[in-house]
Amino acid sequence: MNTRDTRNTINLNTPLTKEDVLNLKIGDMVFISGRIVTGRDRVHKFLFHERPDKKEIPFDLEGGIIYHCGPIITPSLKGEEVGGGKVIAAGPTTSMRVEMYEADVIKSYGIRGIIGKGGMGDKTLAALKEYGCVYLHTISGAAAYLADRIKGVAGGWKIEEFGEPEAMWLLDVEDFPAMVTMDAHGNSLHREIERLSFERLKEMVK
Amino acid sequence: MLKLRDGIIELYKKVATSIPSDVEEALKNAYSRETSPLAKGSMEIILSNISLARTTSRPICQDTGFPVFFIKVPKGISHQLVKETVIEATRIATKKVPLRPNAVDIVTGKNTSDNTGDYFPLIYMDETEDQSLIVDLMLKGAGCENLGQTYKLPTELKVEGYSVMESNLPNAERNNTITVLAERDFDGVRKCVLDAVFKAQGKGCPPYTIGVAIGGAKDQATFLSKRQLMRRITDNNPDNALTEIEQKILKDINSLGIGAAGLGGETTAIGVKIGAGHRHPASYFVDVSFSCWANRRGRLIW
Repeated sequence: MNTRDTRNTINLNTPLTKEDVLNLKIGDMVFISGRIVTGRDRVHKFLFHERPDKKEIPFDLEGGIIYHCGPIITPSLKGEEVGGGKVIAAGPTTSMRVEMYEADVIKSYGIRGIIGKGGMGDKTLAALKEYGCVYLHTISGAAAYLADRIKGVAGGWKIEEFGEPEAMWLLDVEDFPAMVTMDAHGNSLHREIERLSFERLKEMVK
Repeated sequence: MLKLRDGIIELYKKVATSIPSDVEEALKNAYSRETSPLAKGSMEIILSNISLARTTSRPICQDTGFPVFFIKVPKGISHQLVKETVIEATRIATKKVPLRPNAVDIVTGKNTSDNTGDYFPLIYMDETEDQSLIVDLMLKGAGCENLGQTYKLPTELKVEGYSVMESNLPNAERNNTITVLAERDFDGVRKCVLDAVFKAQGKGCPPYTIGVAIGGAKDQATFLSKRQLMRRITDNNPDNALTEIEQKILKDINSLGIGAAGLGGETTAIGVKIGAGHRHPASYFVDVSFSCWANRRGRLIW
């Protein structure tokens, strides 16, 4: 399989439909416009254990995209569901830390897309296929570059309780770039690289 | 001390918004060598992010990290006073740079909002014969910090991998386990580092700089491996035997093919730096510290 030669560029608008997701395959470049939410360690642990009703969450997650990100927003926003503020740095955080929760979050809240870095594990890969969702890798540490694709902060949830990096932020994005590295058909580019590097490792540690 | 405080605030700003020239140079070299389109594309964005952050004075990464200070204090200056000055500078820099507030109380779960707390920032202080006070600051990203490993040699490393090479089966499992003997010698050290990098894959923002320490106490080795990340990419290890093994390990890491962003490619690491401390006959620790590509460090001489 050679994903490099078959790379497509696709514009995605949120919320995503199951059809949008099924059309994507690993190696595709996407540009996302619309609204996405951030969620990382504490948001995932909370959704997994507390299972808040969809109406308790101020943002509609159905068909939504969760971005594994703890942005820097200025000025510091303290109130709940406040708009305003500017995102000055917002790259992805390591997705693997929420591996134990993600499959359940996708299922319970109708999530169609995950943005992060470094890829996720077999449990999430199976959930992507079962429920129709896609994992989008974006550039690690490109925080200023990516922040320029975020046009505004439409709201925030759990800012006081979880702290600014860990709150759920609702962000307006325009042409936010990412690459499909795990699709809804059971394919993972991360696993492909891991498999390749394992073969090379075996040769070097004999 | 007021001037020192302002100097440290400036140091925070410089370290958060720009990367050292030797690191940038190494990344540019890696970019020009790269043949994988995915890795090259990622490196291109990384390099434009570096110049964008510098020209707009914004943090390179939203994770402005765990601040780690290595300070050399001339005789006669109070260490306590220096420490208090660092803490005050941290509070001001958090608002001014701005830095992301990263200090979370273990008991209450509350973020202190100013990057200060118990052992946060981490401050190592030594006395120096020099007249100048030297403040080295590292802003240590947590994604790469989480990949750090400590090994106790000799050990039998179990490494798990996927065995299916030809087809990309959706339900493939890591059902291929190999056992690697890591003994008390440099080859054992090399195997440990390769194990750590293999397990890290692209999770901590490669191309990495890898700090390694060999020693005889757990905290001695951890401290030393992190300290190696303060070394310039182009420097030479004062010990020739260690230089040789640094180069060998770097070459092997880059043979793994993980690449920038972990999507395959030539450069998984831009440097391997090894330090050593004397060990107890019963112990042989190998500690591996990772820095992401954004190895943010800087020095203030006061």
